[in-house]
Amino acid sequence: MNPEWQAVWLTFKLALSTTLILLVLGTPLAWWLARSVSTWKELVGSLVTLPLVLPPTVLGFYLLIALGPEGPIGGLTESLGIGPLAFTFPGLVVGSVIYSLPFVVQPIRNAFEALGDRPLEVAATLRSGPIERFFRIALPLARPGFLSGAILGFAHTVGEFGVVLMIGGNIPGETRVLSVAIYDHVEALEWRQAHWLSGGMVLFGFAVVLIMSLLEKRLRRIGA
Amino acid sequence: MSLRLFLAVVMLAWATAPLAGEARVAVAANFTLAMRALAPRFEQASGHRLVVSTGSTGKLYAQILHGAPYDVFLAADRERPRLLEKAGRASGRFTYAIGRLALWARQSEDPQAQLRSGSFRRLAIANPKTAPYGKAAIQVLRRLGLYPAVAKRLVIGENVGQARQFVSTGNAELGLVALAQVLDTTPDHVWPIPPMLHDPVRQDAVLLARGRRHPAAVAFLEFLRSEAARRIIRQQGYATAGNHPRDRP
Repeated sequence: MNPEWQAVWLTFKLALSTTLILLVLGTPLAWWLARSVSTWKELVGSLVTLPLVLPPTVLGFYLLIALGPEGPIGGLTESLGIGPLAFTFPGLVVGSVIYSLPFVVQPIRNAFEALGDRPLEVAATLRSGPIERFFRIALPLARPGFLSGAILGFAHTVGEFGVVLMIGGNIPGETRVLSVAIYDHVEALEWRQAHWLSGGMVLFGFAVVLIMSLLEKRLRRIGA
Repeated sequence: MSLRLFLAVVMLAWATAPLAGEARVAVAANFTLAMRALAPRFEQASGHRLVVSTGSTGKLYAQILHGAPYDVFLAADRERPRLLEKAGRASGRFTYAIGRLALWARQSEDPQAQLRSGSFRRLAIANPKTAPYGKAAIQVLRRLGLYPAVAKRLVIGENVGQARQFVSTGNAELGLVALAQVLDTTPDHVWPIPPMLHDPVRQDAVLLARGRRHPAAVAFLEFLRSEAARRIIRQQGYATAGNHPRDRP
């Protein structure tokens, strides 16, 4: 595969895996954040939001140490026989999941909060159990939140740069994602390639924002 | 203060910026430590001040081409300073240091054996496209006949500083870095690459167009040619012109 398409495919793969993992992990987390009355709630909520305000270099720096053989994550993967995660695709997924966490959890949490208690109480009077209520009432009603969470998480991971630059090691087909490939081309004065990739990113970004606003409009119309 | 006076003061500050006696120096990442040793000597002796930015030679070159406000460029190769001179953006090119590669292992006592036996997962090098030390590292691997075997295990640092950092955080077991970067580490963990395995990394300095107006920039380059500075540069793990085994001017 030509190196540019390789970078595109790799970025797509990274964004997709990150989004899927975040939807699976983020849904119970968002549910708890939305419904719990625990005193820990705001503490955990702030932790989830933290990657939003931290410079990517802070995440990259700590990840580099944590993933190394003497770090907590590196020690764990080493003892499991997986080996260190830095400079590997799974390592990038770990980094991206942390980096994009607030972008997925926050919209889902908002959607759960907007539900209120009433639909769930009504369902309870109709003898629906808690699990059934979650899957048949809460999930379908919170669909707009899931949609924007997934789109934002995906797009944000595509746009990731600093963390990948620090823990990736620029390996073609493994960690050389689009943003790093562009940076590399610009540094090497290969502007033709840089133009192709950057132009593509602009179109992609524009499409994402447009789709987001169109979807939001449609969903609001359905909700009304 | 009236608004007009305030504006006049701001304009004046603008017009004289950067302050006289200050030079902005763009330095190739491998020379960071040496620069740290040189700068205070120069500043003490001359009263000028240096503002140092580091990065890969390729990146700094691209930035300079696009008007980055540097006065002096200490590159890690001869090619980019030459191109800047050709483009009329720099002058007074000379070789200030001749660099050498070293293989650095974080744990092994015999890095050379570790490299040859292939008993490692990752070998960190600088980006061969933008960093001369990365290019030299590829040369070494090819001349040792190891390149095909290790190509898949290379991790590429954005510059040689990042390559070193990959090893020091333990994320790569081996690194081909500048000898100057690992002089202060345990000597057992360092294999200085024999000079015949790669072309000497001749590092050229130039005065950039912006620096012609700044006495501090001109003075710094003059200092860099002095025997005092050359001695410091040699202590930092480089050869200087006329002191390299393969140096035939």
